[in-house]
Amino acid sequence: MKNINFSEVGIKKFAIKNIVKAVIILSAVTLLASCSSLPSAEETLTAIKGSFAERGIAKLDRLDQTEIQKVCSQANATSQDVPKATREKLEKTLYDKIPYPVDGVYIGDWKEGEKIAQNGRGMQFSDVAGVPNGANCYACHQISPTEISYGNQGPSLLKYGSIRGVKDPASKDSEAIVKYTWARIWNTHSVNLCSNMPRFGDAGILTAAQVKDVMALLLSPESPVNK
Amino acid sequence: MPNKPITQEFTAQAATLLIALAILPSSGLAQQKSTQDAINEYRQSLQDGNPADLNAARGEALWKTKAGPKNATLEACDLGVGVGKVKGAAAVLPKYFADAGKVMDVESRLVHCMVTLQGVKREDFTARTAFSGEGARATLMEDLVAYVYDESRDIAINVPQGHADEKAAYARGKQAFYFKGGPYDFSCASCHSEDNKRIRLQDLPNLTKPGPAQAAFSQWPAYRVSQGAVRTMQWRMYDCFRQQRFPELQYLSQTSVDLITFMGVNANGGKMAAPAIKR
Repeated sequence: MKNINFSEVGIKKFAIKNIVKAVIILSAVTLLASCSSLPSAEETLTAIKGSFAERGIAKLDRLDQTEIQKVCSQANATSQDVPKATREKLEKTLYDKIPYPVDGVYIGDWKEGEKIAQNGRGMQFSDVAGVPNGANCYACHQISPTEISYGNQGPSLLKYGSIRGVKDPASKDSEAIVKYTWARIWNTHSVNLCSNMPRFGDAGILTAAQVKDVMALLLSPESPVNK
Repeated sequence: MPNKPITQEFTAQAATLLIALAILPSSGLAQQKSTQDAINEYRQSLQDGNPADLNAARGEALWKTKAGPKNATLEACDLGVGVGKVKGAAAVLPKYFADAGKVMDVESRLVHCMVTLQGVKREDFTARTAFSGEGARATLMEDLVAYVYDESRDIAINVPQGHADEKAAYARGKQAFYFKGGPYDFSCASCHSEDNKRIRLQDLPNLTKPGPAQAAFSQWPAYRVSQGAVRTMQWRMYDCFRQQRFPELQYLSQTSVDLITFMGVNANGGKMAAPAIKR
């Protein structure tokens, strides 16, 4: 009998202890929720959209994120990679949509390409529409050996074509690297989803003819890049 | 307002440096190092005299001069460290102000004081009126800001996170920092979340880390030699978004204050050194 009573008391004590615990935890959670109440993603988005005004060529639709901008913003904010399966699926969707030159010509004039690589103008609210944009490649990449004012956000592109064994960009041997380079410039996210590099063709920053000139700068054996 | 593309600015600067110092080494690595040394020397040489001292002197006079429809000075303004106190204020802002019911940075608070004490209109303060144009004389805001920050030199950065609204500002600021948008898909983080990165030859601070965040936060506002003007922290945000290809960040907007809060809290523990002098 005594034993049973002891255990009954024990059970009661245990139950009361747990109820008290649960109440403490519950009230703590409620208190925390009411105290911190961090802004939701939606509230933050509303704050961002309310903080900008259109100016010149930069309209408010620039704040409407694409699916990839959303996915990559989230990945960066949480320091987590986009899950491999999602990333590869999205990259493939973009890769399949790359428009290759219908005339089969990928290589323009490297001298023009160098000018485009040097030029950082375009698409800012202070820029006027109708003037060709630059690509500002040197902001992030080493390219021609003579330009020492280059950034390091992206990899060095010095000897881009020659180290890849490109002797004649128009040849069958070079087709794979030429097409890859085109895709990389046209829509870099088709190869590296959350790359910091802009989608020069896809976003309409450069025309197809300009992309060909930049291609020549990187791949042409005559280009100083490959000397 | 100077709106030169960033590339031209850097290229011109690099060219000037190279010609001036006649540095023409041949090997790539040596070249890079010497160029960096040359830039460091140039930056060092700038430290001798900072024209922002003149802005600060004018700002102090403006602080004590009666102005606006109410013909009042700003001496009754509470910048967050007590009524009429200026010393140390810039090191603790942005913070929550009960009288305004929100988190305010230095410029928001100065405007708040001008509106409440002097009776001027809030709408009179925009990017166009607060930031001076190319070759134009300094604005009222630039002078006041130079004065207020100058009074916080060497004081430890201590941007508070005690109030729920301060925490919310930081959380929104963090989201805004990583928000990719526009035709170039840029966010603040595209340029400011990795160590030892450059645009052309310009170092990019990793604003997610205490060291570089302290260096950046403590040195803005700054006198920009290339623009001949004091540029405020609000201008720094505004002009970064221009280069991000975003629409125009509105003066004193929620996102501007949120981002300054994010940066300030990340910089806590550093020492204020503004207005600094920069290229």
